[in-house]
Amino acid sequence: MKSTDADSDIAALIEVAGLHKRFGSVTAVDGISFNVRRGELFGFLGPNGAGKTTTITMLVGLARPDAGRITIAGLDCSVDPKAAQHLIGVVPDESNLYSELSGFDNLCFCAALYGMPKKERCSRAAELLKLFGLQEAADRKFGGYSKGMKRKLTIAAGIIHKPQILFLDEPTTGIDISSARHIRQMIARLHTNGTTIFLTTHYLEEAERLCERIAFIVKGRIVREDSVANLLATLDDHQLLRISAAQMPENLAELLGNSFPDLSFQMIDNNQLQVSSLELIGVGPLVRFIEEQGALVSEARRIMPSLEDVFVKVAGIGLTDMGRDKEKAGGDR
Amino acid sequence: MKAWIAFWNIMLKDLWAYYLKPPNISWGIIFPIAWTSMFFIKSGSGLGSIPGLLPGVIALSVLFGTTSMLSVTVTFEKKNRSFERLLLAPIPLGLLMLAKTGGSIMFGVFNAIMPILLALFLADLRDVDWLIALFSIFLIAVVSTFLGLFIAVSVSEVFEAQTFSNFFRFPMIFLCGLFFPVESLPLLLKPFAYLLPLTYGVDLLRGAIERKNSLPLWLDLIAICISGMLLFYASLRNIHHKWIA
Ligand SMILES: Nc1ncnc2c1ncn2[C@@H]1O[C@H](COP(=O)(O)OP(=O)(O)OP(=O)(O)O)[C@@H](O)[C@H]1O
Ligand SMILES: [Mg+2]
Repeated sequence: MKSTDADSDIAALIEVAGLHKRFGSVTAVDGISFNVRRGELFGFLGPNGAGKTTTITMLVGLARPDAGRITIAGLDCSVDPKAAQHLIGVVPDESNLYSELSGFDNLCFCAALYGMPKKERCSRAAELLKLFGLQEAADRKFGGYSKGMKRKLTIAAGIIHKPQILFLDEPTTGIDISSARHIRQMIARLHTNGTTIFLTTHYLEEAERLCERIAFIVKGRIVREDSVANLLATLDDHQLLRISAAQMPENLAELLGNSFPDLSFQMIDNNQLQVSSLELIGVGPLVRFIEEQGALVSEARRIMPSLEDVFVKVAGIGLTDMGRDKEKAGGDR
Repeated sequence: MKAWIAFWNIMLKDLWAYYLKPPNISWGIIFPIAWTSMFFIKSGSGLGSIPGLLPGVIALSVLFGTTSMLSVTVTFEKKNRSFERLLLAPIPLGLLMLAKTGGSIMFGVFNAIMPILLALFLADLRDVDWLIALFSIFLIAVVSTFLGLFIAVSVSEVFEAQTFSNFFRFPMIFLCGLFFPVESLPLLLKPFAYLLPLTYGVDLLRGAIERKNSLPLWLDLIAICISGMLLFYASLRNIHHKWIA
């Protein structure tokens, strides 16, 4: 194990050590350290306000850390925030292209910022517009684009110069299912083509599906960092049961906890309850107990542990805190 | 080479997206005409007074044109975050800001055309040294653009930029020698007048148009160049410390 860790450090493209950032009395990033390897798709996961965007702005040179070291491709970016900017592409959390320019002109302009010659700019812009299904809107002003179209063009602008490293800040937040799926396919494709990707999200399923390694960040600190496989393996010995029922009393989890002290219970929403245990879970007594409390059980099924469960375990955050956003993500599948 | 592609395109984009828009073009024509006619008519001392008024009118047209545009190209873009794209581009900050101000400098020079055309119609401008006049107009455009830049990077809202620039612009109208020659200002105000870069610009122009400069040409030149550089440097520092914070 040791030797592979050392190998991976040699291949690290982004090295972050002891990064701190405060805004007045708020500590946004509180001493985080991690490495991203060349060609890796690295997920940075955490709830709202965890410090994901703040970390990205420091990595890309839009903000200076209060303390800590950032090295990208061997270039020390803590001294000169612009040192590695020729290597990176950034897709910010909000679309920030020029509303008065057309989609095509926006892309050409972004390419020009990286010194691309005119002919190359135009052909690359046309290529990306096609790839993102925006050919028809190419000559329309960006200001008139829908939210999903804006997002797609912003991603296209981030990769127009074929960066080695791509920073994606919540690329699928607030857009519909099919656009989100399309964007995820694009991300997977970039990854296959060798781009190193740093992705922040608070959709755990998205991270589970796309990323190779993940860092969980909560309140400015990394609570766990590992490969997705290792993270899921931590819960291999866990039994998970999901019970769907109508009319569940509000204090059901508490009542169950008192009666079944070996199991732990979590309300996922008004109609779903999750039971976890290290032992095999007997379904019968549970269902009987729940129905005695006046609820109507419609289904009880065993489920595979997901990243969400790992996150709940390591971060101590309720499923509901992160899960609520799932609706916005459009269920994701 | 790559940096110059970026430089050129940043400037072109601003020209297309902001400066060459019909409202701005007409603004660059109507505003100077209004100023110029107002001063030419109001001065009441006949057409002969026009060459005397021309330097001040030109300077004001340039000053107002440039300072108002930068609150859009810089403050507005900062506010809607598109400026972050420019800060992410792998080009030095100084070059980036020169590109951002290049369009405004051209727009400033364009603002000087109307007063000159009007004056050409109304007065005898045969004695004007056009080379020096043009050069002075260019320097005035540069220094007022950098003043506008300094203001734009010191505030965070567009309306603040407008208010803040009026705080500079209006005293300048009175102090830079447009209404009263700087030499005849009260002793107390003179030091202020000599602190304003536009004073030297107007004096330069006065030299070119009427041969009545009150300071030596080289002093005007040095003063205007130094104040331009100081304003630009201060703006870069502000961006470096406050925007990449
Ligand atoms: N410019 C700023 N001024 C003051 N506080 C800030 C600033 N930027 C971020 N913060 C604070 O720092 C903390 C981390 O914010 P950040 O935007 O990095 O979170 P995030 O993980 O990206 O959240 P989200 O998922 O909502 O995007 C928050 O408490 C936020 O209020
Ligand atoms: Mg964020």
